[in-house]
Amino acid sequence: MSSFLSYLISGISLGSVYAIIALGYTMVYGIAKMLNFAHGDIIMVGAYIAFIVFTNMGLPPVVAILASVAGCTILGVLIERIAYKPLRGASSLSVLITAIGVSYFLQNSALLLFGADSKTFTSLVNIPSVTIMNGEVIISGVTIVSIAASIIVIVLLTLFINKTKAGQAMLAVSEDTGAATLMGIDVNKTIALTFAIGSALAGVAGVLLCSTYPVLSSQTGAMPGIKAFTAAVFGGIGSIPGAMIGGMVMGVVENLSKAYISSQLSDAIVFALLIIILLVKPTGLMGKKIQEKV
Amino acid sequence: MNTTSKTFRSNIITLGLVLAFYAVMEAMLKGGMLSSLMKGLLVPLCYYMILAVSLNLVVGISGELSLGHAGFMCVGAFVSAVFARTLGANLPGMVELIVAVIIGAVFAAIFGFLIGIPVLRLRGDYLAIVTLAFGEIIKNVINAVYLGVDSNGLHVSLKDVKSLGLEDGGEVIIKGAQGIGSLPRNSTFTFGIILLLITLFIVINLINSRHGRAIMSIRDNRIAAESVGLSVSKYKLTAFVISAALAGVAGVLYSHNLANLQATSKNFGYNQSIMILVFVVLGGIGNIRGSMIAAVVLTILPEKLRFLSDYRMLIYAIVLIVMMIINSAPKVVEWRKVMAEKYFKKDKKNADGGEV
Repeated sequence: MSSFLSYLISGISLGSVYAIIALGYTMVYGIAKMLNFAHGDIIMVGAYIAFIVFTNMGLPPVVAILASVAGCTILGVLIERIAYKPLRGASSLSVLITAIGVSYFLQNSALLLFGADSKTFTSLVNIPSVTIMNGEVIISGVTIVSIAASIIVIVLLTLFINKTKAGQAMLAVSEDTGAATLMGIDVNKTIALTFAIGSALAGVAGVLLCSTYPVLSSQTGAMPGIKAFTAAVFGGIGSIPGAMIGGMVMGVVENLSKAYISSQLSDAIVFALLIIILLVKPTGLMGKKIQEKV
Repeated sequence: MNTTSKTFRSNIITLGLVLAFYAVMEAMLKGGMLSSLMKGLLVPLCYYMILAVSLNLVVGISGELSLGHAGFMCVGAFVSAVFARTLGANLPGMVELIVAVIIGAVFAAIFGFLIGIPVLRLRGDYLAIVTLAFGEIIKNVINAVYLGVDSNGLHVSLKDVKSLGLEDGGEVIIKGAQGIGSLPRNSTFTFGIILLLITLFIVINLINSRHGRAIMSIRDNRIAAESVGLSVSKYKLTAFVISAALAGVAGVLYSHNLANLQATSKNFGYNQSIMILVFVVLGGIGNIRGSMIAAVVLTILPEKLRFLSDYRMLIYAIVLIVMMIINSAPKVVEWRKVMAEKYFKKDKKNADGGEV
């Protein structure tokens, strides 16, 4: 029982990180109607920035986290500006191939800059762990921070979207780009803002992910990125609470299957889940059914 | 009428190019003009061309993105390798090879069908993510599988060789991450070219058939195609399954060109799928001949330009982005049209690029 509980808690912790990544996917998909394949690799870049600032330069963790968030935000906006913006209005296949190109570009740039050998990431979180149930279950500091961070992020994001003008503009653009333009909303700026927020979240996720699993290489972001996308689809792409729930479910399923079925096949199980969701409920748990207009 | 003869001529040129390529390579081989490096590239050239042509069927003709093409190749390679070590071990080389190709194609097609059913019913970018996931899963699963054979038949385990529980005379075929050893290595350049010609024959005939036109009309306007009664998922699935089967054929060629087959991220991973995609994008999406030429150039060039090898993947990434912006960005396309009208008044086709 106690081992099950600790697997469950670490699953929720991993799920919180997935949820933060999935939010980035879901926001960009909702507003720019594109699958930003490079999102997972922005996480990797964020983790490298934190690694350099914290481990190589010896600056305090807070500075490292801020640097990572700032770096990712700038990177996200730059990618949008250089690679995606010229393709606005092009077919979705072209945009998707470009996004894969960007993802591949980031991975291989990191490979050339930092080398093929993976780095050991020193955890940025130094909060003491908590023991519950008479010391049988230990909750690490990273777990607490991850779960807290995901809750804070989701509350702030919901407030931002519902209470601010920029947030309302985002909603409007995601509903109907043309009508939003007519209402005087600058669509390009709104999309850039979405990319900025999504990438900033990727920076946070990068730090949390590598504090939990301390192996950092150019491939670090790829798999969590795909799994977070799975989580976003599970929750219903475009839905913010959906991304949160999807992320949690994905993290728990992955950790429990790792513990009780097979560690080698846990990825396969997660993706099998994706295929089943797509079969049974393609719009996800919280997704809206979109009426198609001709 | 003019268009039919035009496509016919274009197809003859494509097939002629392959035969000319074969004749030149064969002549150089007989004349001893090929370096050992080039000799080693002859069969790979064939399977890369098959992969490029078959991926173009999905990306160019069907307008969907598959990122698991190397996964289907992996299925074909491993199924045929197991066949070569078991049932096919006593068959004469050529018969074994032909049966292996059929088995590899069938199994890859089955996997394509199973993945295609849920995904192709949906719209959007789901196929890309699911095929990507499939490619990774199949690689992981094969690296975890142990397969042995003895007088009782096949034994499968996910743990290690011991847990197979083989009899004394039993033989281990797949050793987890170590893969399959002592393969026949009986694929030849000539056989590869024959398979390539068959691939071209299938793909070109499909494109110019009623099915192919239906698939392309769905790509160009799904709603219009649906409203004239075309079954979108059926046609998309057809293209996807054929493409998967052909990738399986390439996998058979791959596995029969090696003594030892392993599933690594280099040969069956994401990188390989991206490389095939680069062939298609560089050669022109929807352009069969172009993707073959791109496959040949991008296979030979890196071997000749070894000093660039570190930057190879980075260059591929830039090729993808730049090609997409040049070919699809609305402003660039507009600008190219204006330029084309200014300088080549008659040659308006240049502005449309090389799409079918």
